[in-house]
Amino acid sequence: MRVEDAAAARGNEEYRQVLTDFLYQLADDDLVLGHRDSEWLGMAPELEEDVAFSSIAQDEVGHATFYYDLLEALGEGRADDLAFGRGAGERRNALVVERENGDWAETIARHYLYDVWETVRLEALKESGYVPLAQGAAKIIREERYHGLHMETWFRRLGQAGGEAKERLEKGIQALWPELGDLFTFGSGEKLLVAHEILPVDPAVLYRRWEERVRPVMEAATLAWPGTPGRPEKSGREGSHTQALEQLLDAMGEVYRMDPAATW
Amino acid sequence: MIQEKELLVRQALNEVKDPEIPTLSIVELGMVYSVEAGEEEVRVRLMPTFVGCPALDIIRRDVENKVQSATGIPVKVEYVLDEPWTTERITPEGREHLASFGIAPPMAEWWEKPPCPFCGAPETEVENLFGPTACRAIYYCTRCRQPFEGFKPV
Repeated sequence: MRVEDAAAARGNEEYRQVLTDFLYQLADDDLVLGHRDSEWLGMAPELEEDVAFSSIAQDEVGHATFYYDLLEALGEGRADDLAFGRGAGERRNALVVERENGDWAETIARHYLYDVWETVRLEALKESGYVPLAQGAAKIIREERYHGLHMETWFRRLGQAGGEAKERLEKGIQALWPELGDLFTFGSGEKLLVAHEILPVDPAVLYRRWEERVRPVMEAATLAWPGTPGRPEKSGREGSHTQALEQLLDAMGEVYRMDPAATW
Repeated sequence: MIQEKELLVRQALNEVKDPEIPTLSIVELGMVYSVEAGEEEVRVRLMPTFVGCPALDIIRRDVENKVQSATGIPVKVEYVLDEPWTTERITPEGREHLASFGIAPPMAEWWEKPPCPFCGAPETEVENLFGPTACRAIYYCTRCRQPFEGFKPV
């Protein structure tokens, strides 16, 4: 089903609800990871990575803004309030993006694994029946290419270097893996999301595409495949999160809460 | 009459520069998607270069100010994604102006490295895919040993 704009989407309440829940997932994934990226400013192991992570943070937050704007058009309220004013229980990001940054190698592993998923998801969304989303996906995917390229280069480099670099990368992957499965889910609206052709590809097919891309790169990085990622007990897509997100939201919303009505 | 007004709008748009690259106008960047100059309102539709570019709001304000003072009627500026903006939209003049600002113009493909804007040598390396703004990368010329910025192909 092709839906041209927000006005048309608002004409069908079931469609609107399924669409908004999904847009929260997309927006919150990018905003939360973008915030984690920004935390590397001044802390990354080399200056070039300070620059890279700041630039990537700006892209991710910009992409989140695009999705929050779509939500605003669907009657969900002001984009700024959606980004900064919602509590942890209302957030729909995957658990893996809210984890504290931890080790640099873990950050690289998380970003690489996320970027491949984001690419697979955006490739599917280019054909979304919700036209504004399809248009945004076509644009965003061209920018994401550089993130993927950067992270894959580091991922291979750390693995191939062996020694401490590889050990730390392996440790990062082990830490991420139990939470990773949540990333590939779409919450309780999944079936309707596909039925309404907002997401025009079966989620199982998307996961398979992700694994097909990640496995050869892990092999090239001389890493063992840890098996299909597990599903954590909590589901970020259902609003069930860890303490790490509460802390992130506290820090991110500190200025906003001083004067929520301020114009920037 | 309306054609005349549209000409005024287009002239005014030529005066709006990219706040991050002041030698380059938004027309040369290929950001202008459409112009509709009506009797009571001018509607300008722009294509964002990068979705998260912080200059977009500044450009919107500059377009409103410049077009309104040129035509004397209210201006509505919209960003559209009807088709994705790509670096192929930058005009030949725009490429020259980028180079004169010290930024190598974008190559046709994302994996190609630009020649050095200072000495012209093709022997350049990627220093960092990310630079001072979302649209720029940092390269290094192995001949004249000069780091330089290049516009990323998207």
